[in-house]
Amino acid sequence: MFLTFFLLLRQHGIPVTLSEYLTLLDALRSAIGVTSVTDFYALSKATLVKHEQHLDLFDRVFGEWYNGVEQQLREELPEIPPDWLKEALNRQLTDDEQAALTGMGGLDELWEKLRALLLEQDERHEGGNKWIGTGGTSPFGIQGQAQEGFRMDKTGKRNGNAVKIWEQRAYRNYADDVELSTRNMKMALRRLRILTREGIDNELDIDRTITETSRQGGLLDIQLRPSRKNQVKVLMLFDVGGSMDGHIELCNQLFSAARYQFKHLEFLYFHNCIYESLWQNNQSERGDGRRDRVPTRDVLNTYNREYKVIIVGDASMASYEITHARGSVEHYNEEAGIVWLDRFKAQYPHLVWLNPEIAGYWKYTHSIQLLREWCGNRMFPLTLNGIEQAMRCLKNPKITFDGN
Amino acid sequence: MKEHFSGTNQYVATRELSIAVNAAIALQKPLLIKGEPGTGKTLLAYEIAGALQKKLFTWHVKSTTTAQQGLYEYDAVSRLRDSQLGDGRIGDLDSYIKKGKLWEAFDADEQAVLLIDEIDKADIEFPNDLLQELDRMEFYCYELRRTISARHRPIVIITSNNEKELPDAFLRRCFFHYIRFPDKDTMEQIVKVHFPVLPQELMTKALSVFFSIRDVKALKKKPSTSELIDWIRLLLVSGVTEEDLTDLEALNELPPYIGSLLKNEQDTVLLTALKQKGKRPY
Repeated sequence: MFLTFFLLLRQHGIPVTLSEYLTLLDALRSAIGVTSVTDFYALSKATLVKHEQHLDLFDRVFGEWYNGVEQQLREELPEIPPDWLKEALNRQLTDDEQAALTGMGGLDELWEKLRALLLEQDERHEGGNKWIGTGGTSPFGIQGQAQEGFRMDKTGKRNGNAVKIWEQRAYRNYADDVELSTRNMKMALRRLRILTREGIDNELDIDRTITETSRQGGLLDIQLRPSRKNQVKVLMLFDVGGSMDGHIELCNQLFSAARYQFKHLEFLYFHNCIYESLWQNNQSERGDGRRDRVPTRDVLNTYNREYKVIIVGDASMASYEITHARGSVEHYNEEAGIVWLDRFKAQYPHLVWLNPEIAGYWKYTHSIQLLREWCGNRMFPLTLNGIEQAMRCLKNPKITFDGN
Repeated sequence: MKEHFSGTNQYVATRELSIAVNAAIALQKPLLIKGEPGTGKTLLAYEIAGALQKKLFTWHVKSTTTAQQGLYEYDAVSRLRDSQLGDGRIGDLDSYIKKGKLWEAFDADEQAVLLIDEIDKADIEFPNDLLQELDRMEFYCYELRRTISARHRPIVIITSNNEKELPDAFLRRCFFHYIRFPDKDTMEQIVKVHFPVLPQELMTKALSVFFSIRDVKALKKKPSTSELIDWIRLLLVSGVTEEDLTDLEALNELPPYIGSLLKNEQDTVLLTALKQKGKRPY
């Protein structure tokens, strides 16, 4: 019964594993007191779902599965009420209630009616005096006012919880949130680490301590040194707008992965090719966000040679946007893009280009080939492997990308 | 001693939350709690410890915290210094090992509650370093050459603010609960728990002001439960009545002590602008 649920979840792409399923079964067997569907819903959610963006999907799958199970239960209801039910009822009901029960024609009668109703009714029901549901005066269901009848829910909670909570879809918002799975990318970016010792002395330098202690004739002379930290400085240039719109999701991921990975990190934006100015702030509204222009000259002066430059762009444009003065599609540019690019190359020995376009298609676009040649094959595809290679290239410029 | 957790006098736990907590206790697995800031993630561990009368160990994680610090720290420098001074203790390794929170919780005489707060603040590898420790509830101490295992497996509560994503292997070993922002009814319960004598009209009015502020979509940081509690406390202390709050709508003024609800000057400006446009945000 639960296995179908588990398989259904997997079918819908919720990453549940066997060990989590076994945990769920263990939990059901343990004495937590899971007595109703609502409790089972809560328990399975806590066991199987580990990301809030999956919660909404889980709610929907649970609904689908539960409807199926309900159907099955209806068909499985036995002809006469089971003995345990009769006994339990006799114990719990007061004399008045017993009398009232006979008023409905006795337990068997009531049971028969319930069976018939279950077969007849196939949707949720609220109010009214006949169907099974919430409220109303039918003898079946919960929170009703009928004198006698079956309570169709065992929790004993009467606070209006009966609307199936997974139908409320309360987690819908979290599913819309762009929760980026950037962990892999962060791990790739981690390759770019330059560990240097700077700052206060807070680590024991064993070698020097031994040397100095021996020099003192065995009298301890403790030597400290700064601990190693990642001091890499990174300048990232993002191409935005136009043909880059198709790659926006990938670039967002890279952006959020990079943001927390480097201590010294600067972002700048450009369109298609680098010209005499870049901008610092990119908002999607055109014009508005591009106000904070900075002259490229200033950028070159502000960030010294130690900075590693990562350019992210698809490099797909008309070739004259790179090679010719006045070639930009957006404005009048005095100097050709390639002149500015060359200034970058001269200033920053460590420079890579990340291209979100599929590497196999690069050869069909002239401008990509042009820029690839310009950066000496240091253009890498924006994939996990590509990022990893690019990061290695930033440390060792001999590494290049020679794929087709 | 109670075995099951179902909220306390000061803490309103939804049924779903108590099920998740009880499942984690019964199966002795860590419980990972996420949710908007100010929804009582950290408080949960304190309340569980209080309700079940267990000792609580809190380990607040910072960006520089390493997994090793939760286990133990070996003070080699002191030992080296003592050896110079001819201190007799140097043969006794135990006295140079400082137990971490995890070890302390493992060592407790009875089952304890261990809170690992804001696990996402630490390095990206941090959760992976704790896999074995939390799964088997044991670790190996190299200096003492022995395995430390828990005498009673502690109830482990982990909170996260989603700053970094946690590795799948880690998530698989946890129960997970996302504390949703409380709806109006739950919120009323929560406020009642904190202010049992709050007049009903003031509560209704204050809640409607609060939820209407939360409804403003463009807010940078929405006020949360803990901020609401602070705000109501301020209202009570300064003797603001429900009439004062009702008058606001007519006068196009910001609610009093708005600073305790909005922590960002842009948000305050936004709300003022909305007010002056005549369009009530609530």
